[in-house]
Amino acid sequence: MEWHTLTEQLFGTDHHIAEDGDLLHGEATFEGQTITVVGTTHHAPIGLAMALAQARVVLDTLHHHPGRTILLLIDTQGQQLRLRDELLGINRGMAHLGCCIDLARRLGHRVIGLVYDQALSGGFITSGLIADACYALPEAEIRVMRIPAMSRVTKISEERLTELSKDNPVFAPGVGNYVAMGGVRNVWDGDLRTCLAEALRCAPTTDERALDGAVRGGRRLAASVVQQVLAA
Amino acid sequence: MNGVSFAECSARERIALLFDAGSFQEWLPPAARVMSPHLAQLGVPAAFDDGIAIGQALLDGECLFVAAQEGQFMGGGVGEVHGAKLTGLLQRALRDRPKAVVLLAESGGVRLHEANAGLIAVSEVMRAVLDVRAAGVPVIVLIGGANGCFGGMGIVARCADHIVMSDIARLSMSGPEVIEASHGVEEFDSRDRALVWRTTGGKHRFLTGDCDVLVDDDVASFRAAAVAAVQDSGICRAVSRESLELEHAELSRRLDLKSEGADALSVWQRLGVVDAARIPELDADAVRALRPAVAGMAG
Repeated sequence: MEWHTLTEQLFGTDHHIAEDGDLLHGEATFEGQTITVVGTTHHAPIGLAMALAQARVVLDTLHHHPGRTILLLIDTQGQQLRLRDELLGINRGMAHLGCCIDLARRLGHRVIGLVYDQALSGGFITSGLIADACYALPEAEIRVMRIPAMSRVTKISEERLTELSKDNPVFAPGVGNYVAMGGVRNVWDGDLRTCLAEALRCAPTTDERALDGAVRGGRRLAASVVQQVLAA
Repeated sequence: MNGVSFAECSARERIALLFDAGSFQEWLPPAARVMSPHLAQLGVPAAFDDGIAIGQALLDGECLFVAAQEGQFMGGGVGEVHGAKLTGLLQRALRDRPKAVVLLAESGGVRLHEANAGLIAVSEVMRAVLDVRAAGVPVIVLIGGANGCFGGMGIVARCADHIVMSDIARLSMSGPEVIEASHGVEEFDSRDRALVWRTTGGKHRFLTGDCDVLVDDDVASFRAAAVAAVQDSGICRAVSRESLELEHAELSRRLDLKSEGADALSVWQRLGVVDAARIPELDADAVRALRPAVAGMAG
């Protein structure tokens, strides 16, 4: 979904969200409260600069608007694949973004992630996946890697991977698989305002994803392994 | 220098040599057969420990929690069980409050054979690391394996309090092969070993402040650095808005570096390293001596 369409469905005209290159940021009013909106568009690659640009919005919110809800809008092709970014410590920049979002949560801000277009690996791990909870639109695409590329790396044929992905959510792209594994709390289907209101009311502040994955059957072992370590 | 190469050791050898002799008590050891449920159907052999050893051990008499990733098994890739063992260790640290958690990181990041589960698992590890730090228990990362510390684990490492690297270790995000496949050999020649090391290697990370301590590829040196870190009362870097503003300013300065011809050499020159061109030939000792002179980009 286009971000304009999304923000209109969520906030009507009651928002000041602007596009600045691939960065989206601004404020919106939702149920009488002002919230911070930050994210990316055009399937942005997340390099050091884009990680910092998003971190800036989060830090400004912590400084000027303590406690304010933050909505992360996710549309990324993953981390920027450039030598310069590696040289300058892209992993440190992404960790910084993750730490800013994590601190916001600890300071009592609600942080909700929404994958409205696509989410990939490095671009996702320090945004939606470190929010209180992450949601997705039904048409969103979430993956680590496309099946052909995964086939090259793992030396397993595309046919075999496609076949396996039908009943095993760990391989294949797809919002449904991420829901089954607990990485996405649920899909926002229907009236988006109702979905956001529900998320703000119900998103957990502790990490429930392994438990969700076990209950939903997409990730059967993670929660049990954690428990075994605690009991060992 | 004539000691045992950290890089050449297995994960368990590293633990055995780094910590006080015979003190390692492993949780979910290989005998427990807690294995990946996903690999068999791909026809890929599984490991009895899913490529990671976790437990508690004494370091100079102090009881610490430790995890060591095994680079020989799927490049240390994080799958569902591997990640859950690490998250479990961190949650246990949150409960039991050891003096520190030491992570011997060696990983290419998410294990692609269980890609989605691995990605979520890495994010659970990140959150757990930050929970442990928020509770005042320091997380110390040692990087010295041949596979380096990449992808999601490169991010996790930078979420920790303290990083020790050897001069032959690498810490970054995307591997050079991935960048070359995406943007061509002129962007990043993955076979140019000198280029790979000066872009992601321990010396570069040390000079820029991306790692805290640079050691030789020697288990005794890693042990000494870990002992020093645990004894340092200032090792906990509490995450606050103020600390993140400082980090933000530090990282923002880096963006001044022009894209055109971006190379480690120009970064070192900006840092004020005299005769930067000779850094690749220097040993860890000589590079350590340069850091006090380095300003600006250093953390």
